[in-house]
Amino acid sequence: MTWVLGNLSLIGELLLQHLYFAIPPIIIGLVLAIPLGWLANRNTVLRSTLLNVSGLLYTVPSLALFVLLPPLLGTGILNPANVIVALTIYTVALLVRTVADGLDAVPSAVVNSATAMGYTSLRRFISVELPMAVPVILAGLRVAAVSAISLVTVGAVIGFGGLGKMFTDAFQRDIPAETIAGIVLVLLLALAVDGLIVLIGRALTPWTRVGSAVGRPA
Amino acid sequence: MSYFGWLFDPANWTGSGGIPARLVEHLGYVALAMIIALVIALPVGAWVGHTGRGGFLVVGSANALRALPTLGVLILLVTPFGLSIIGPLIALVVLAVPPLLAGTYAGVRNVDPAVVDAARGMGMRGGEVLWRVELPNALPLIIGGVRSAVLQVISTATIAAYVGLGGLGRYIFDGLAQRDFPQMIGGSLLVALLAIVVDLLLAALQKVVVSPGLQAAPRSGPRRLRAMPTTRPAAARAA
Repeated sequence: MTWVLGNLSLIGELLLQHLYFAIPPIIIGLVLAIPLGWLANRNTVLRSTLLNVSGLLYTVPSLALFVLLPPLLGTGILNPANVIVALTIYTVALLVRTVADGLDAVPSAVVNSATAMGYTSLRRFISVELPMAVPVILAGLRVAAVSAISLVTVGAVIGFGGLGKMFTDAFQRDIPAETIAGIVLVLLLALAVDGLIVLIGRALTPWTRVGSAVGRPA
Repeated sequence: MSYFGWLFDPANWTGSGGIPARLVEHLGYVALAMIIALVIALPVGAWVGHTGRGGFLVVGSANALRALPTLGVLILLVTPFGLSIIGPLIALVVLAVPPLLAGTYAGVRNVDPAVVDAARGMGMRGGEVLWRVELPNALPLIIGGVRSAVLQVISTATIAAYVGLGGLGRYIFDGLAQRDFPQMIGGSLLVALLAIVVDLLLAALQKVVVSPGLQAAPRSGPRRLRAMPTTRPAAARAA
């Protein structure tokens, strides 16, 4: 605790760096995964291709990916883009399957009703299928987000910033309190982002609560 | 292409720091950690799944692990154990147990109750039901848990080179210290290949040992009936 109180400004700076590495991949990953998941849900061949490629990319250990991206992207070894791209790859790899499954689970009666009401396929996707799939997609996003926040710390071993720096610093200077503080901060940050996604999910799917209240005495 | 010079230099393929020796080290850590983790997680997961007691603890521990920074755990264990193999090994086991527990628990728990009833109706005792009905039916999810755990352990063992462990991660950290970028790339390629090959082997093993009746039905149309889940549930990577 003493260590934490004496280093509040450092912790604040590392926390901001951590968010800078972790938040863009979560958002970019989600934005990329939605059209890919839509494609995977449309076509069997595309589905197995996309899911196999995702599975393969998801298998690559994070430290290896951080090192392998610079030659592929033409970036320097400590370019923040490496971490952001690597975590985006993991997020997309995890969410493509989730989005495809979420869209697949939309009842066909609902899709057919929308078609019968005259929705074009794009409008039907945006205003019917995607909203119906939100609970499944957000469940996947929670996993991806928490994992991204934890993975940013790995970058510290090759010199990236973020809360992982508390671990490498604690190791080099032998300050166990700093390691514990770092673990607690990462867990708290993950919990906060997880909670935020749950709240966003509630706001996006008001019908899930209205539906359960129907028939209940007021 | 100069990046690959290190990888194909014959000098890096011999001796105690050579690629074969580092690969064997890496696989040794993975095997040791997985054996210990399996001995702990399989009986507990099977028991919890069979009796239904304590399921929320199993699921909760697997969920909490997602956020646990592996680097922090590795470094925390340096303080009591120094730079020996003990600390990293404990970390690897700690990270491998939750996916194994969750897979075994979910596998046993999700066995069709009608199948379990039929087994009891045939006069099987609790132990027989578990060994001859529930565990074979649970194999797809158990192997799913094994795949997640193995990936976790391969990745974390790589990072553990930071706290002095051997294995393929050494090339990444030695390369970093010597400003030898091709060595870092070569080491990373080897780690990535190892993870992919081991995962494919386990996927093949799953095809061989799981009863054909439990293999997922091929997808016939856009709105298929769901077969038993044979892939791992959305397991988050923590390393």
